[in-house]
Amino acid sequence: MLIVFWGKQKYVTIKPQETSSGPVADGLWTRCPSCSSLLYTKELTKNLNVCNRCSYHFRMGAWDRVKHLLDSESFQEMDRDLEGGNPLGFSGYEEKLANSREKTGLTEACLTGEGRLSGYQLVFGAIDFGFIGGTMGTVVGEKVCRAFEYALAKRLPVVMVSAGGGGARMHEGILSLMQMAKTSQAVERHSQAGLLYICVLTDPTMGGIYASFASLADVILAEPRALIGFAGPRVVEETIRQKLPSGFQRAEFALNNGMVDAIIERKELRKVLTRLLLYHDGGGRQSC
Amino acid sequence: MLNGVFEWEKPLVELEKKIEELRRFTKEEGIDFSAEIATLESRAENLRHDIYSRLTPWQKVMIARHPRRPTCLDYIELIFDDFFELHGDRTIRDDPAMVGGIALLEGRPVTVIGPQKGKDTKDNIARNFGLPHPEGYRKALRLMRQAEKFHRPIISLIDVVGAYPGIEAEQRGQGVIIAENIRQMSFLKVPIICVITGEGGSGGALAIGVGDRILMLENAWYSVCSPEMCAQILWKDTKKAVEAAQSLCLTAQDLLAWKIIDEIIPEPPGGAHRDHEAMAMTLKEALLRHLQELEARPADELVAKRLDRYRQIGVVW
Repeated sequence: MLIVFWGKQKYVTIKPQETSSGPVADGLWTRCPSCSSLLYTKELTKNLNVCNRCSYHFRMGAWDRVKHLLDSESFQEMDRDLEGGNPLGFSGYEEKLANSREKTGLTEACLTGEGRLSGYQLVFGAIDFGFIGGTMGTVVGEKVCRAFEYALAKRLPVVMVSAGGGGARMHEGILSLMQMAKTSQAVERHSQAGLLYICVLTDPTMGGIYASFASLADVILAEPRALIGFAGPRVVEETIRQKLPSGFQRAEFALNNGMVDAIIERKELRKVLTRLLLYHDGGGRQSC
Repeated sequence: MLNGVFEWEKPLVELEKKIEELRRFTKEEGIDFSAEIATLESRAENLRHDIYSRLTPWQKVMIARHPRRPTCLDYIELIFDDFFELHGDRTIRDDPAMVGGIALLEGRPVTVIGPQKGKDTKDNIARNFGLPHPEGYRKALRLMRQAEKFHRPIISLIDVVGAYPGIEAEQRGQGVIIAENIRQMSFLKVPIICVITGEGGSGGALAIGVGDRILMLENAWYSVCSPEMCAQILWKDTKKAVEAAQSLCLTAQDLLAWKIIDEIIPEPPGGAHRDHEAMAMTLKEALLRHLQELEARPADELVAKRLDRYRQIGVVW
């Protein structure tokens, strides 16, 4: 049973799960935001950014996902040159894009390409939270779409690792919202051809990304404690003016409510994906 | 806003009152004021044009939220000959924030769906301020699938600031049902006309907003989220909503330029709330015109064109 408290304050500050998008890069040591242990950063990286004391899963960049999940040297990036502008002329957007590019080394919040996972040929995509919160604007929408279209043409399965913190990107207004329709349609056309799509929901997968392609996979996996939902917890809290129950919108909450198929620890993820690909005979089809 | 009159239209409303008084006086006392009335009428006309042709995005947002703006059920009553409301999502409950059913448009059966705002505080509480839960969207989807089965066109009247952000809504998969609606609407083999009648906010609007024709009322707004939420997320300050409304390019005129919508439906001067009947008749004419065009097309062609429309959005490479 959920215990909720009637809050008297209008606004309540929610403690973020962590303050940075990953382990503190400039230090030898990183403090785990969950158990407060001081972790040797090199060890933490070796342990796939998972705390070896409490198994807290730190966020992971898109390229680290490629390195972790795909066979070495197998990944061929697609559409790297796809760069958008500032269609609405939203103030400060260009600087934000430039900063994100410098910080992440990515051209946009979504990295897509073709590669192999335990020998299985597939199309792989990952969203990077470090790039404007992993939000979806026109470029992310277009890249996701092209990835599914390429997979459809080549009759390949798709594995997506999502982490869209803010969902649809504000700075591109209605054009961002429309990417939800565009990507959902690309997923469905891929699905109608009998091809497999697995999505891994990582911290955080919210808003327009959750309410489109991330929710439409054949199998939906989630990393432990990942924040998953439509409305952000702060918006929910301000709307209902109640303190949120502990664990609200975490992966375990999503599993209990029937929104994901399984919660998989990061160190098991590659093995689980391999099993699922095996069950689907690779997830693609030789002929149509 | 006082008594439903916005600050910026006060001079006009006072002038209109004066004209009304003179008219009544003419009628009751038998004194001829027609010359005075004509002068004031022409002054009012100029003022009307002056005020309403220069509305800022934020003023439009205010008009779209006017408490007397026609709701979904108002349009249904004024536009259609008959309406039979259908309830429930067949899973949890009936969501009063979303209505839907079968209606007759000039004698032809159509399925109508739309979020329903309340008329007053009590009604608004019952309707959850027009913010649907997942079961509301599931009901809409059920009725749309039913429309496809019986080859009925779908008319979606959209006035929603967003899907309800609450604990139960999240438990029951608000995000999942929105994705599911978007996916299924995209492939339905019947004509779909969506009309943004007031507010079009976020996935809560898009979940009933994928179609062959997207129409929008002159003072409606449609965007990735409400100006308040945009200001909150980007600047942690809801007071910057006016600025956000400007930045988001959320007016019908902006959206027509982006080709997100197909047509702007003109509103009576000052907004739809000032003349429900006139507004409904203008909208009815547009619905009939678009429906006639769409019904002449084979279903497969409809779906192919619909997909192509969305595929092109945001392609500038």
